[in-house]
Amino acid sequence: MNLEAIVSSLHLEVKAGAENLSVTVKGGYCGDLLSDVMANSREGDVWITRQIHQNIIAVSSLKDLAGIILVRGAEPAADTLEKAIKEKIPLLISELPAFELAGLIYRMIGAGETKPT
Amino acid sequence: MNLVFTYNDHFRESFPVDGGNFDDAGLVSGEIKSTLKEQGLISDVVRRAALVSYESEINMVSYARRGKIILRILPGHVVIEAVDEGPGIDDIRLAIQKGWSTASEKIREMGFGAGMGLNNIRTYSDIFHISSEVGVGTRLKMIIHIPQDKEAQDGGAVL
Repeated sequence: MNLEAIVSSLHLEVKAGAENLSVTVKGGYCGDLLSDVMANSREGDVWITRQIHQNIIAVSSLKDLAGIILVRGAEPAADTLEKAIKEKIPLLISELPAFELAGLIYRMIGAGETKPT
Repeated sequence: MNLVFTYNDHFRESFPVDGGNFDDAGLVSGEIKSTLKEQGLISDVVRRAALVSYESEINMVSYARRGKIILRILPGHVVIEAVDEGPGIDDIRLAIQKGWSTASEKIREMGFGAGMGLNNIRTYSDIFHISSEVGVGTRLKMIIHIPQDKEAQDGGAVL
């Protein structure tokens, strides 16, 4: 499933990276600790977070994530938005809390690829 | 032994890192990642190198005055050295423990300082050396092996 389908079905607001919504979402990861996301997210995951600081863009880019969804209507910091636009990284907003959003996405795409233990 | 020399066997580049500059945190790791991709290294090696570079870079930005990350590509492995001028680490054994951190509230608010950095570095490097002198600085050396056999290069390599 591509990110576009998730955006339209869950009514996400697209703040940046509209040109990259055709990317395939392979799975998802939830977290606000950047080291946790760096270590445990996988390429093609959509990242659900409440973290709005600009360093989320570097993490998403380094890990080749499909995009970032900010929860509970959180607006990205100005420099975060600027970097996301520059790097064409999908930066999306959902009004839902992380738990509900993750549940809905999980229902749409499943758990993603089996993660190695 | 059939060594593969498809990349430069003595590639070396040094990237400066500014202490305290959270605006550009991750930039150097991004450059290291692109460099390794350009050099044709397999994605598992690129991913691990990007991760250990990132954690080293964030540590420098969070704690050091300044530092540099040196990337070397040798036949068979990637070597990443992170050398900083900073406060140093008093008790390394404690510092590499998962969950142990001296990060300030400001650093934690940005999603850092969970005490995972050095632990992640240790997990994702094949060989990890750390040395530090209080009041002088810290030096990390991370070695990631490049799998030489065809099977691993096709994606068989896992952590």
